[in-house]
Amino acid sequence: MKFVDEFRDRAIAERIVKKIERFDSLKVNLMEVCGTHTMVIFKQGLKGMLPKNVNLLSGPGCPVCVTSQEDIDKTIELAKDENVIIATFGDMVRVPGTNSSLEKERGNGADVRIIYSPSEALRIARENPARRVVFLAIGFETTSPLIAASLLDVQKEKIDNFYIFSSHKLIPPAMEALLESKEVRIDGFICPGHVSVTIGSNAYKFIAQKYNVPCVIGGFEPLDVLQSIYMLLKQIKEKRTEVEIEYFRAVHPEGNRIAQELIDEVFEVSDVMWRGLGTIPKSGLRLKRKFSDFDAEKEFRPKTKKSKENPDCACGEVLRGVKKPTQCKLYRKICTPEEPYGPCMVSSEGTCAAYYKYG
Amino acid sequence: MCLAIPAKILKIEDNLALVDMAGVKRQADIRMVSNARVGEYVLIHAGFAIEKIGEKEAEETLQLLREII
Amino acid sequence: MDPAWFLLKAHVQPITNMVKKFKDNEKKILLAHGSGGKLTHQLIKSFVKKFRNLPLAKLDDSAVLKFKGKLAFTTDSYVVDPIYFPGGDIGKLAVNGTVNDLAMVGARPLYLSAAAIIEEGFSLVELERIIDSMNRAARAAGVKIVTGDTKVVEKGGADKIFINTSGIGLIDSGVDISSKNARIGDRIILSGTIGDHGIAILSAREKFDFQTKVKSDSQPLNGIVWEILKVSKKVHALRDPTRGGLATSLNEIAEQSGVGIEIEQEKIPVEEEVKGVCEMLGFDPLYIANEGKLVAFVPQKDCAKILNVMRKNRYGKDAQIIGTVVSRHKGRVVVKTNVGGERVLDMLTGEQLPRIC
Ligand code: SF4
Repeated sequence: MKFVDEFRDRAIAERIVKKIERFDSLKVNLMEVCGTHTMVIFKQGLKGMLPKNVNLLSGPGCPVCVTSQEDIDKTIELAKDENVIIATFGDMVRVPGTNSSLEKERGNGADVRIIYSPSEALRIARENPARRVVFLAIGFETTSPLIAASLLDVQKEKIDNFYIFSSHKLIPPAMEALLESKEVRIDGFICPGHVSVTIGSNAYKFIAQKYNVPCVIGGFEPLDVLQSIYMLLKQIKEKRTEVEIEYFRAVHPEGNRIAQELIDEVFEVSDVMWRGLGTIPKSGLRLKRKFSDFDAEKEFRPKTKKSKENPDCACGEVLRGVKKPTQCKLYRKICTPEEPYGPCMVSSEGTCAAYYKYG
Repeated sequence: MCLAIPAKILKIEDNLALVDMAGVKRQADIRMVSNARVGEYVLIHAGFAIEKIGEKEAEETLQLLREII
Repeated sequence: MDPAWFLLKAHVQPITNMVKKFKDNEKKILLAHGSGGKLTHQLIKSFVKKFRNLPLAKLDDSAVLKFKGKLAFTTDSYVVDPIYFPGGDIGKLAVNGTVNDLAMVGARPLYLSAAAIIEEGFSLVELERIIDSMNRAARAAGVKIVTGDTKVVEKGGADKIFINTSGIGLIDSGVDISSKNARIGDRIILSGTIGDHGIAILSAREKFDFQTKVKSDSQPLNGIVWEILKVSKKVHALRDPTRGGLATSLNEIAEQSGVGIEIEQEKIPVEEEVKGVCEMLGFDPLYIANEGKLVAFVPQKDCAKILNVMRKNRYGKDAQIIGTVVSRHKGRVVVKTNVGGERVLDMLTGEQLPRIC
């Protein structure tokens, strides 16, 4: 595959590792914010290739994992409505809510359909005019423009049985919240490549400037990740704090304007609740008033009785980089991908799942 | 957090394109990459092209990766 | 421009289209076909006519067969949806699946049973197609379908058609193949590309709106196993990595034999398009089902000649040595990744769901 295979070359990987090894005097904590980076790191066995002085921390960039328990319970409530078809991306299905999960509701007869693209959700709505389709719109800045685009299509086509449950979140505010909490020392961020396609590298400038933490926006092939680590080490060694783009074949300083405009047209910034991080000001997106007809929360008002996270599940701390999954007392003994106790074990890019599968 | 993979544009009609990912063909919405042309590569995320991939930039990246210093 | 290329549905497999043509005037399976009366007899006859062989033609309550030696006996049920897919159909799958299960213990498959549970309203034309397909598969594999049964259930009681096949085969003396038998130092040979069947089924389901030319690899493996045994009876373990994929088969052998396994990602052949779908949906080909591939655990000494005969067989031309059995990390499988890293390869947990993240 073009643009994929070239970036998985063993000889070049070894070369970059050699370059990394030269910084053996630096003992650093680098955080990969994005769950897809976590996946690549584990799947390609990159941790084992790195010298001991480079410690990688997994960040909060797994949309399923950071969805609050209350939001998950609400989606489960929505699924119980006989007239509702839930359209969702795969990973949401098995996330345990307080008492149930979408998967369990499906076993009880709920109509839950897994889709790859929002356009499939639209098709389901067209094919089932007598029923109401609720699309679980979770994700970060990469995904929200397409949800916005789909909603505009729905409006144009006058489809009147399509709703979205919006649980969109924004990455830079979460990174700031992590730095503010000062719970862990972060010496550098590997910033999410595809979120940055939308928002551009300028969006992280404040992190480099105000918090003096170097940032490198990395691509998702193993060589991209290794190179990003090398670039961060180089910045640290040279005492620079900048936002650099390793993934410049797709990421530009100003981001994708059209995508940004789509978001602005449909959504507005709001304070939202993150699992593990609490409520972060201006860190989410909600539908603008003129789109409230499509808002599943307004339309269905799903009620949840006292949402509660499993008190023994350390997902919150794992998401903040404070704990490794192995430090959670449920990990592997009770909590497994077959019987997950927290979202970090469900999502394929969740840190606990990554440790379990590839650890 | 967001899986997106390279695909080559085969045909364009308005906002929709037929794209090829290692021989797999599907339809993709290309409204976010308004200047994309047939033969160019884009990143596909959940059925939408989110950005073009610069061939020249990819080459340059590979050069940088191979660098010894 | 022809707008049809957008409508990916227009690219459904030709078989389905052909079947659809018959739709209007086709005869359907009725509940009466399962009543035990005349219609039942007609239905059974349509099987007997196709599978033509002596034990079956007698139409006794049991087929009577003569054997001498060590027997292998296996059973499996097939409920694949859709029942037609690129590269095969439920009938072919049901025959090859059981033939392959027998071959995986080194047995020569001889006789099969076939039982179908059919949903009321299922088309007789389609049924005939499936019977034909089973017949062709049985002939290709050199086995006889000697006993069978059909039941009809009310609409909704089954999904179109379910088929169960059981099989009996003979094991030659000196052959001792078991997933408990892998030994340290064994070489691991894979007979060809992985993931084809699973991806073919996924694309045939049309749920995710993409087109591929990927075909199911449903094929009988008794021939290739026979070739292998002709040059060496020292094969320790064989597996056909069906559900759960290669990763799951390797884990089962590591666990049951109490050994460690190391494989090289680079050595594992995967079709470009299978790779493409996997990248797109976030799947790992190592976990995707196959229906005509095998992994063989063989002593290093015999490895070269076994690989040689495998590559000469049409079902093994892409065969590769993918790894070794080691004494480290007992019960676990470790993959050396493309870039030179290492990771543990676990069994499949739950089904693989498409993800965007
Ligand atoms: S191992 Fe399970 S219970 Fe523990 S933090 Fe991870 S998801 Fe939560």
